[in-house]
Amino acid sequence: MTKSKPSRLLTGLMVLYLVYTLVPLVWLVISATKTQDDLLSTPGLWFGDSFALFSNIKETLTYNDGIFLRWLGNTLLYVVVGAGGATLLATAAGYGLAKYKFAGRRAVFAVLLGAIAIPGTALAVPTFLLFSKLGLTNTVWAIIIPSLISPFGLYLMWVYASEAIPFELLEAARIDGAGEVRIFTTVALRLLAPGVVTVLLFAVVATWNNYFLPLIMLSKPSLYPLTVGLTQWNSQATGVGANPIYNLVITGSLLTIVPLVVAFLLLQRFWQSGLSAGSVK
Amino acid sequence: MARRQEAKGWVFVGPFLAVFALTFLAPIGYAVYLSLYRDQAFFGGTVFVGLDNYAEVLRDPKFWESAGRVLVFLVVQVPVMLILALLAALAIDSARLRGASFFRIVLFLPYAVPGVVAVLMWGFLYGDTFGLAADLNDLFGTTVVQPLSGTWMLPSIANIVTWEFVGYNMLIFYSALRTVPGELYEAAAIDGAGAIRTVRAIKLPALRGAIVIATIFSIIGSFQLFNEPNILRTLAPNVITTYYTPNMYAYNLSFAGQQFNYSATVAIVMGVLTAIIAYVVQLRGSREAL
Repeated sequence: MTKSKPSRLLTGLMVLYLVYTLVPLVWLVISATKTQDDLLSTPGLWFGDSFALFSNIKETLTYNDGIFLRWLGNTLLYVVVGAGGATLLATAAGYGLAKYKFAGRRAVFAVLLGAIAIPGTALAVPTFLLFSKLGLTNTVWAIIIPSLISPFGLYLMWVYASEAIPFELLEAARIDGAGEVRIFTTVALRLLAPGVVTVLLFAVVATWNNYFLPLIMLSKPSLYPLTVGLTQWNSQATGVGANPIYNLVITGSLLTIVPLVVAFLLLQRFWQSGLSAGSVK
Repeated sequence: MARRQEAKGWVFVGPFLAVFALTFLAPIGYAVYLSLYRDQAFFGGTVFVGLDNYAEVLRDPKFWESAGRVLVFLVVQVPVMLILALLAALAIDSARLRGASFFRIVLFLPYAVPGVVAVLMWGFLYGDTFGLAADLNDLFGTTVVQPLSGTWMLPSIANIVTWEFVGYNMLIFYSALRTVPGELYEAAAIDGAGAIRTVRAIKLPALRGAIVIATIFSIIGSFQLFNEPNILRTLAPNVITTYYTPNMYAYNLSFAGQQFNYSATVAIVMGVLTAIIAYVVQLRGSREAL
């Protein structure tokens, strides 16, 4: 390919967009260093008179008997079991669909494709009604069970498995006398690893960011994930007996973002290669 | 023997399908069932009403107001977002941008920010207690910047959604661009094709599939609009009604109104509308590909 010179115009425009992307995040970081008084009295995009980041963090973690830590723990539980389980199910099913031509396979495709077209949130209210009949609302299962299904993850794993695993390899393993499940766990999984990391990462984001589902399923604050908890703190600022804790909402928001951003930056190579494999089709 | 081996595929697909049945098929079935019944207001119990609930939804001005709102949102926000994402992907792929990989990562960052936190941040920025809207008004001595007022609310929400998802769509487009073989560009360069021509003749056709997928996902996302208006509602309860979007309507019918049967009907009607529009886009997209 011919080497082109960098274009100033192009770079300039992209820098403008970059600024737009970063402004809210910079604002959040700066605001997390301010006391509530400074928040209300100093300009948003510059530091206040005090540097209160550490006292804000301490207050966020200890406010209301440390409920924030409880929410963090809940989020981690939902992410580990929900996103982990979703990845496991999607990987196995994607592999099964890609490498076995069993009867009924077409029907499975048709049902799955139909399901992807149905908006998840249109399902949320009916799911709530069903789960409340089953007595599952206000339990961790109300969040975990729906998180276990990722149609997008299944699609990605199916495409990935079709390309990453040669049939000959499976045949060779069978001739060696390995069972199907053993072939999957010892031979296939290793080849699927980049795809698995991608699906896992996106499932983690989806579960970590989940708001609508826990909002309708849970009424006990002790079961809330971070997202619902933060909005509850935020709404404390208005209404009857308003008790604004803006500094805690802001610091809590920052603490909620950091783990995901770090995970994405560290795992860049995996998810970028996994995504490109998925988009070939 | 071979047949029995192929049937082992169920071992891998089975668990997914079992959970899928519980979380997708069962709720759909239950919603359909609910939508055919109605609570008796004074006598108690429920009665079978056939399709009456559907007829009521289709006559319900609140439903159409909310559906119209997400339609306007979709027609304006989705193209803006996807064109921004497309331009960013082309720029990053063009080899004429300094620090392309840095731009790629930073633009993608908002996707890792939970939607709730994105709305809280922008909500603060929009607000007039503190945040940038207040700073701007102070700076110019005006009160013109009112992102949370009636007229500006929908564009303000569109801005949040755009901020969240441009990077994600950019990455999908960028990944598709990376699959174009380098020889194609060399051939184009030998033929004397300029940058614009290369984009039109090679890159855009290569992106078609990705564009169709991104459009469908964005349409589904727009119809589901809930988090942003529901959280901003705390800041502007008079602007954002309980039926601001169809999803908020279904939610508030269930949780504030206890009208479960009617709520299920609204959810089904919206699901069907979304599926139809997504299907039409897919058909048009693949027909143009021929």
